[in-house]
Amino acid sequence: MFHIYCPYCAEYREEEEFHPKGQAHIARPADPTATSDDTWGEYLFFRDNPRGVHHELWVHAVGCRKFFNITRDTRSYAILETYRMGDQPSVTAESMILAERDAECGVTSTATMQGVPS
Amino acid sequence: MSSTQSFRLASESGVGSQIDCDKPLSFIFNGKSYPGYAGDTLASALLANGVDVVNRSFKYSRPRGIVAAGAEEPNAIVQLGSSEAAQVPNVRATQQTLFDGLTARSTNGWPDAQRDMMGLIGKLGGPFMPVGFYYKTFKAPASMWLTYEKYIRKAAGLGRAPTESDPDIYDHMNRHCEVLVIGAGPAGLMAALAAASSGVRVILCDEQPVFGGSLLDSAETIDGMAAFDWALDAVERLAALENVTLLPRTTANGYFDHNFVTLHERRTEHLGDTAPTLDGRRQPRSRLHRIRARHVVLASGAHERPLVYAGNDVPGNLVAGALSTYIRRYAVRPGKRLVLSTTNDYAYRTALDWQNAGGEVVAVADARANPDGELVERAKAAGIRIISGSAVVEATSDRKGHRVNGARVAAIDIEGFRVSGEVELLNCDTVATSGGYSPVVHLAAHTGVRPVWRDDILGFVPGQTIAAFEGFGVVGAAAGVYAAAGVFESAVTQVKRALASDGIDAEEVQIPIVETFREGAAVAMYQVPHDKPTMRAPKQFVDLQNDVTAAAIELATKEGFESIEHVKRYTAMGFGTDQGKLGNINGMAITARCLGQTIPQTGTTVFRPNYTPVNFGAIVGRHCRELFDPERYTAMHQWHVEHGAKFEDVGQWKRPWYYPQKRRERADGKLESMHEAVVRECRAVREKVGVLDASTLGKIDIQGPDAREFLGRIYTNGWEKLAVGKARYGLMCKDDGMVMDDGVTTCLADNHFLMTTTTGGAAAILEWLELWHQTEWPELEVYFTSVTDHWATMTLTGPEARNLLSELTDIDLDRDSFKFMEWREGIVAGVPARVYRISFTGELSFEVNVQANYAMQVWEALFDHGEKYGLTPYGTETMHVLRAEKGFIIVGQDTDGSMTPEDLGMHWCVGYNKPYSWIGKRALTRSDTRREDRKQLVGLKPLEANVVLEEGAQIVLDPKQAIPMRMVGHVTSSYYSPTLEHGFALAVVKGGHKRLGEKVYLPMPDGVTHVAEVVGSIFYDPKGQRQNI
Amino acid sequence: MPRFAYFDPHPAQAVTTQSPLHHFVASASGEGSAVALREHAFLDHLILRGEPAVMIDVVQSVLGLTLPTEPQTLVLGDAGSLQWLSPDEWLLIVAAGDGFRLQRALCEALGKSHFSIVDVSGGQTVLELHGECAVAVLMKSTVYDVDPGRFPVGKGVTSVFAKATAVIRRVGEERWELIVRRSFADYCLRWLLDAGEEYGIDYQPAKARVASARKSASNMEAVS
Ligand SMILES: [Zn+2]
Repeated sequence: MFHIYCPYCAEYREEEEFHPKGQAHIARPADPTATSDDTWGEYLFFRDNPRGVHHELWVHAVGCRKFFNITRDTRSYAILETYRMGDQPSVTAESMILAERDAECGVTSTATMQGVPS
Repeated sequence: MSSTQSFRLASESGVGSQIDCDKPLSFIFNGKSYPGYAGDTLASALLANGVDVVNRSFKYSRPRGIVAAGAEEPNAIVQLGSSEAAQVPNVRATQQTLFDGLTARSTNGWPDAQRDMMGLIGKLGGPFMPVGFYYKTFKAPASMWLTYEKYIRKAAGLGRAPTESDPDIYDHMNRHCEVLVIGAGPAGLMAALAAASSGVRVILCDEQPVFGGSLLDSAETIDGMAAFDWALDAVERLAALENVTLLPRTTANGYFDHNFVTLHERRTEHLGDTAPTLDGRRQPRSRLHRIRARHVVLASGAHERPLVYAGNDVPGNLVAGALSTYIRRYAVRPGKRLVLSTTNDYAYRTALDWQNAGGEVVAVADARANPDGELVERAKAAGIRIISGSAVVEATSDRKGHRVNGARVAAIDIEGFRVSGEVELLNCDTVATSGGYSPVVHLAAHTGVRPVWRDDILGFVPGQTIAAFEGFGVVGAAAGVYAAAGVFESAVTQVKRALASDGIDAEEVQIPIVETFREGAAVAMYQVPHDKPTMRAPKQFVDLQNDVTAAAIELATKEGFESIEHVKRYTAMGFGTDQGKLGNINGMAITARCLGQTIPQTGTTVFRPNYTPVNFGAIVGRHCRELFDPERYTAMHQWHVEHGAKFEDVGQWKRPWYYPQKRRERADGKLESMHEAVVRECRAVREKVGVLDASTLGKIDIQGPDAREFLGRIYTNGWEKLAVGKARYGLMCKDDGMVMDDGVTTCLADNHFLMTTTTGGAAAILEWLELWHQTEWPELEVYFTSVTDHWATMTLTGPEARNLLSELTDIDLDRDSFKFMEWREGIVAGVPARVYRISFTGELSFEVNVQANYAMQVWEALFDHGEKYGLTPYGTETMHVLRAEKGFIIVGQDTDGSMTPEDLGMHWCVGYNKPYSWIGKRALTRSDTRREDRKQLVGLKPLEANVVLEEGAQIVLDPKQAIPMRMVGHVTSSYYSPTLEHGFALAVVKGGHKRLGEKVYLPMPDGVTHVAEVVGSIFYDPKGQRQNI
Repeated sequence: MPRFAYFDPHPAQAVTTQSPLHHFVASASGEGSAVALREHAFLDHLILRGEPAVMIDVVQSVLGLTLPTEPQTLVLGDAGSLQWLSPDEWLLIVAAGDGFRLQRALCEALGKSHFSIVDVSGGQTVLELHGECAVAVLMKSTVYDVDPGRFPVGKGVTSVFAKATAVIRRVGEERWELIVRRSFADYCLRWLLDAGEEYGIDYQPAKARVASARKSASNMEAVS
């Protein structure tokens, strides 16, 4: 049972209020007619399934009805960040690796859970 | 009554803090009546009455007695309930508070646990059942497993569900708090006090009826008070605080992501078989609290670990601490002569308690060579015989195995795993053992944390918290901290750290002052060596509930099972409701010994929710019976009910299915069958006029300058030319080109449209529109609002529709001024209405929409005026027949997410030339969607007129081919048409559009093969003239 | 060319008018009941959509209400109540018959900007919960944190209610409102009566609708 920070309602809400909508940042090709069958098939059917940091599209279905993005660790189910449509994630697989490297060097991370104070 | 409670201590003895001797109760166990006292558990009352055998074991049918005093009890599992409806299986007698009239039975054993027939005849082929017996014996043939299982379950007697409806009610409660403290022993009480002082919301729960945990049995003093009094005082202080919620009799059973915890509160189980009413109001029997906590403090304590030795399952063998609990809380000393076998100092308290309660301590066998702690000294001073470097290697019993009658004690060599000296037989009736403590890490394990072994405390403690459980901490004995001072300290430290992470400074909390005493080091021992090798020694039980022995584990390792997870599954160790509370660590230690490994190398198994069984009632809450699922009603629902409608579930909606009438030609007043009703309703629509409650169709109000552009992108067909006042049918695809919904959309004004969706698709389509708007086209100026419930919709359809409606409205209904696929506004039956001339039956139709509060006015007016026109209400079944006759698809019935518009023969509804590459367009030119052998929608006409094909029936081209036949499609919709007086169907057939006129075959399971002709999908009025009359 | 087709749904003369809960009669649980439940039916409900910058001044001038832009808040005023539902969505509840007039007034004042105003009066109803155990009944019904310490008067949310959804708002110290969809109203009321039984719950049906709240001559009103 996730506890999810809705960036529009600006508070944590229960998972029951949300619907998951799959991988985030899947852009529809701007000119579909110009794409090959393979490219179009890629857009339609192929999704990442990473072990670790994953960006997901969710909607606050029983709430503000806004779509937004969640960055989630698929190993621990920890939600690392939520952010509005159109925004880019600040936590990524790459940034996590860098943060871990920094942590080893004694640099403290400033990232908070879900990107907001609770 | 108390005269028969021969093991009850006199009230002058000063023990028995939980019971009230002035409140005698009586209860029935296995058909026999016994006395007890208010405050007793069923277990303490049974022990007070000298009931040694409380159950038969699961596999070997051996007599079993009470071993523990809490949730970890493996044997005393009873079936509760004095009536059939009140039956509750799998109740631990140690957790069941006694009430007057309580009726319980042993779960295993027939006719009862004392005289067990299954045991005498030898259960399932003799008493010798090796490990993996079920797997080995019943593994083949697989098809027989269900039969075997039924027999095994019956013989094993795993408890049974009631066959009558539960008279009680249950519910859920959602709670939110900053700090949830699980367990109200010294650590939990301290944590709650520390957290509460900061003003944050605190929930403290404990599975026992009284808070205090180990303090309730403790001889220590805290802040100069008896530990028991300190606990009482702490609870009083907490109860006085508004920010604290105390939940006794409440077990934390599951710990889920992001600090979501389920608590099972047993509210009335201690009061009676069924929940009492209060002022005539029913009270929930139990309640599931769904807690979302910012911080979770696990203070679940530790379970004392018994030693594994021969004969350790005979009644009279208990874990040491349980004896202290029975003496101190319930004034029950369940024996006379005690032999204690221990690896540590703590168990000496039990010897002292036993002696203080007037019992004889025959000896303490201490596995350590030189025990020298302060408690040991106290025991010596009390004159107790201590045999160091030794252990009870075997408990002996009477012939029936009903009670311990002696203990064989011998010097042992732990390292060498052997008996190193002479065996001395001590006369006793009770053997208590302590192999140390196992922190209760179950809830921590639910989070995915792997327990880690600590050699210093000889137990597993929760490992590092994982990220999704930020705010989780473990304190006290659950964290391996046993000494009282350390327990308090750990609780305060954890709470302070937790609150500080939220920027809250906890008030300075005074850590109580406790007496400390010198403690001798414990020694690691799990299985006690016997003078015979394990495989030949009398059975040494590891898991009493699942009848797993040390020999079984040894055999499993010899058979090649090396992973602890495999050993667990092969032996059934820690299965079911037990979850390895007493036995898991011992089992792992034995596995490690057999494999020549250490315990950490062997690892631990995963504990899963629920910690103890939760009744189904609590899980279901009030989501049952009439409240199981929402029933959605239209504004005309009461009318449908009053007019005898049968209802069909469409999503959560209750839609009239058909309206059976009394058959006029029959005097018996019997109602029409569905077939008869549908024939009558169909004829009424085709010949006169019918009315359908179509309010359930999804309706979405769309406003904005880009509304029209948006529709063009989301629908397959064109919208740029739809004029105000007009309506159009639209088809929606997903971007893979497959049809997902359809409906009529109306242009209300230049920037204003009303979209209708299928009944089932309403919510999903609104979300679909928002998805595209919010994620792909935020630049489009358009807003969507659901108005499904706002409008009530009545479809008047049939040749008389105009005549009837014209009596009620000021709208000009003339066929040339109010054309097909147009809408008008006006007054219908005195109510402002929007009327749409659209048709889903092929007949002349007017869809009347009014604000739902006024729907009944209009609906009843239609019937007031409708009789002379033969107005007939019809339901969804007739609607289906009529639309199928016209070849109108139902999305989700004739489509299944794999049909393109072209597969459906609806290329007329696809705007390939629209400028924007609308949703689904690109996919329609992929090679796969252009295949000519795709399944395509066609009509099927059975050769025999009265045959109605089965929906879902598979279609083949050659009925004579060998099985498995090559299937080329299936029937999607099939009905009898009263109009055609013929069965007919819609079906999808590979390359079907080119097979018109061909014969196809439908072989049915009963051996009959139907033959049908492939025809066009429009069976009635193919030119569409009837809707234009 | 008219941009929007607004529609006054109210009849000019008295007609049969039924709330979604018209088939429930008053019930009382006897002495000492701790929850009182009643329906406030037949109010006009409008959904306003638009960017706050577009809406804020117009709402102030036409409704005399300050547009709530903080999530989960509502304002109560003489004209009615206005609740934040989403960054660009509000629920306006006004007296029966006022909706159509306000719809046109707002539309006129908003001019050519992008907005939407939708009448949903027939699609939902208001249930009021009152009494010392009202919160306990809500806790049995919604996953949202309704602790009065966290849910001040003037707060409102959309959340899960039993297996349906509801707008939940606190309009007084012990006074809460649920706004439920018409088709789910029967289920929600049965749920509430069941959940409240433990504490004692009384139900008072809606007052009958006063005939003709209609204020415009024609129901056909296109706004350009
Ligand atoms: Zn939200």
